[in-house]
Amino acid sequence: MAGSILPLVLEEVAYAPRGQPLIAGISLTIDAGPSTIILGANGAGKSVLMRLMHGLLAPTSGRVRWREPDSPSRRRRQAMVFQRPVMLRRSALANVVYALALAGVPAGEREPQALAALDEVGLRPLAHRPARVLSGGEQQRLALARAWALHPEVLFLDEPTANLDPAAVREIERVIKAFDAAGTKIVMATHNLGQACRLGDEVIYLQAGRVMERAPIESFFARPATAEAAAFMKGELPWV
Amino acid sequence: MGLIRTVVLALALASAAQAQEKFITVASTTSTEQSGLFKDLLPLFEKKTGIQVRVVAVGTGQALDIGRRGDADVLLVHAKRLEEKFIAEGYGVKRQDVMYNDFVLIGPKNDPARVAGTRDVAAAFRKIKEAQAPFVSRGDRSGTHFAELEIWKLAGIDIAKEKGAWYRDTGQGMGPALNTAAAMNAYILSDRGTWLSFKNRGELAIVVEGDRRLFNQYGVMLVNPARHAHVKTAMGQAFIDWLLSTEGQRAIADYKINGQQLFFPNAGS
Amino acid sequence: MSAIAEGLRRVLELDRELWHIVALSLEVSLSAVLIATVLGLPLGALLAVKRFRGRRSVIVLLNALMGLPPVVVGLLIYLLLSRAGPLGELGLLFTPGAMIIAQSVLVLPIIAALSRQALEDAWREYEEQLRSLGAREFAAALTLLWDARFSLITALLAGLGRAAAEVGAVMIVGGNIDGVTRVMTTAIALETSKGDLPLALGLGFVLIALVLALNAAAQLVKETAERRFG
Repeated sequence: MAGSILPLVLEEVAYAPRGQPLIAGISLTIDAGPSTIILGANGAGKSVLMRLMHGLLAPTSGRVRWREPDSPSRRRRQAMVFQRPVMLRRSALANVVYALALAGVPAGEREPQALAALDEVGLRPLAHRPARVLSGGEQQRLALARAWALHPEVLFLDEPTANLDPAAVREIERVIKAFDAAGTKIVMATHNLGQACRLGDEVIYLQAGRVMERAPIESFFARPATAEAAAFMKGELPWV
Repeated sequence: MGLIRTVVLALALASAAQAQEKFITVASTTSTEQSGLFKDLLPLFEKKTGIQVRVVAVGTGQALDIGRRGDADVLLVHAKRLEEKFIAEGYGVKRQDVMYNDFVLIGPKNDPARVAGTRDVAAAFRKIKEAQAPFVSRGDRSGTHFAELEIWKLAGIDIAKEKGAWYRDTGQGMGPALNTAAAMNAYILSDRGTWLSFKNRGELAIVVEGDRRLFNQYGVMLVNPARHAHVKTAMGQAFIDWLLSTEGQRAIADYKINGQQLFFPNAGS
Repeated sequence: MSAIAEGLRRVLELDRELWHIVALSLEVSLSAVLIATVLGLPLGALLAVKRFRGRRSVIVLLNALMGLPPVVVGLLIYLLLSRAGPLGELGLLFTPGAMIIAQSVLVLPIIAALSRQALEDAWREYEEQLRSLGAREFAAALTLLWDARFSLITALLAGLGRAAAEVGAVMIVGGNIDGVTRVMTTAIALETSKGDLPLALGLGFVLIALVLALNAAAQLVKETAERRFG
C-alpha cells in the first residue's frame, strides 16, 4: 500500500481566467483527519477552489501540490461529488462498474465491488434500474456509491445537497459520515450552516476568492474572527 | 488516412471480384438506350458468348469523351463526322456502319406553321421560323442536335444569329426535350426510336418525315488498345463482330415497337 | 391520383427488375452510411472534445461541406476514378463501388458535423464528471459516443436520407447501367426522361416508402432502447 497523498498544499494559488480574478493568491494546507468545510456565499469561489484542488482546473499562477507526484493512481485516490450528479445512460450498477473500470480494477472484481458500494448507500434494490430515471436524491447517493467504490483517500463534495429535499439531505449526510468513519478525508463546500455544523470539524471561510478565516468549527460559530464571517452568518441565520 | 485507404482498397477488391465476370463496357447514346434496343439485343449476345454488355448511355459528346478517357471498350454512337475525327486522332481503331434510322420532325397537331405533309424538312424549318412557332432544340451537342443544326444551315438560316424567343434551347436529352415540347406544344426534331417509345405525347405528332436529309447513321468503334492498354480488345471485338454479323443485323431489324421497325441494319454498305 | 395508382400498378409489374433496383439502392446507400459513420463519428467526437488551434475553421468547413452539391462530388470522383485519372487502375468507375465512394463523400460531412454538435452538447454535461473519474480524451470520447447514441441515430438517419435521395453523384460515377448500377433515383430520372411519368411516380413512391420504413424502424429501436437505458 503506497503512502498517503496528503497533505495537499496550495502555494499562492490564483485563478484568473481572461484576467478576471476568481481566486486571489490562496496558500493553505489540507491535512488528513478533520473534515474540512469550505464555507462562503454564492460567488465566493468555493466551487473554483474545489476544482483547483481536485485538479479539474489548472491555477493561472501558484502551485497545487499533493504529497505524491502526479500519476493515474494518485488521481484515483481523490474523488469528487458534484452538485448535480452526472450519470451515464446505463443501469445504476453499470455506472459504478464504469468508474471501477477506469480505475483499472480487474474485470471479474468490478461487479462485486460495485454491489458492495450500492449496499453501503442503500441502493442495492435499484441496481439494475436505468440511472437516469432515479430521483435526484437517489442519483446523488449513486454518485457517492461510485466514489465509495474507489475507496478514495480524499473526497471532495461541492454543495452535494443543494438541490435535495430534507429526507434526501439526511440520507446523503449519513453516507458522508460513513465515509468519514471509514477514514476518508472530507473536504466539502457548502453554504448551509446547519450542515457545516453537523458534518464538519474545521471551517475555511472564503470570500471574494480569498481565505478570510480558518478555525475549528465550534470557535468559528461561537466567535467568528472577521467581520465578514459574522455578517455572512447573520445573513444565513435570520433569527439571530 | 490509413482507414480511408483500407476502405477504398476493400471496395476495389470487391469490385474486382465482381469483375471476374466477363463483361465489356459500351458507351452509347441516350436515344439508343431509350428506344429499348439494347434490352432486346444484348440478351441474345450474352446468351451466345457469356459476355455481359454494360451500356453507359449518355449524350454523344460525353460518350466520345468516355472513349477518349478509356473508360469504355466500345462506342456505339450516331455522329459520323465526330466518329471519323475520333479515329483520326487515334482514340479508336476502326469505324464501321451498323444501322440507321431516321429523324422525324414532331409538331403540335394544330400545326401553326403549316408544315404537315411536306417532305422537305429544310422548307419546313423555314416556315417554322417565319411563323415564329415555338421550337425546342436539344442544345446539348448530341448527334440529334448536330443534325438539327445541319438542317438550319441547309435552310439558309444562321440559327445562332437569327433565333428569337420562339427558339427554346433546352440543353436536355431527347426524352426531357420531348417532355418540354409536349408541355409547350412546340416543334422538335427527334429520332424515330425515342419518339416511338415516348409515352408523354400530349398534342404532338409526326409532321414531317422521309426526307433523305433526315437519315441518321449509327457507327461502332473499338477504343484503341494502343492508347489504353486495359481495353478488353478480344471481347469488345467479339461484340462488334456480332453486331455486324448476319445474326446481329437480323436481331436489329427484328426489333419493333407496335409493329414498327425502329432501326435498319446497314453494315458493310 | 389515378397517375399514382397507375404508377404503383406498373411498379408491381416490374417484379424482379424492381427488386434488383431496390436491393442495389439499399446496398449502396447503407454501405455509404456505414463507411461515413466509421470515419465520421470519431471525427465528430474528436472535434467535440479536443481543443486545438484552427478548431473553429474546421467546424465551419465541415458544416459547409454538408451542402456539397451531389453532382459536383460525382464529377470529381468521376475524374479521380476514370482510367485517365489518378485512380484509374482500380477499375472502379461504373461500378457500385464507385457509387458507394461518392455517396460516402457526401454523407461523411453530415455525420461528422451533426455528431459533433450532439457530442459537444453532451460533453458540456459530462466533461467534469468524466475527467474527475480519470477518463482521458480518447476514453471520454468513446464513452460520449455510446452515451449519446440516441441523438447520433438522428445524425445517421440524416446521412441516410441524403444518400437515398441523391441522383447526381450516382448517375455520373455509376453510369445508370441496366442491371448493374441502376438505383431507384437514377431509374426515376430515366423513366421521367423517357416520358413514362406514371412509372417514374410509382418508383418515387416506392423510394419514399422505403425511406419511411427505415426511419420508422430506427425510431422504434430508439424508443425501445431509451426505455431500457433511460
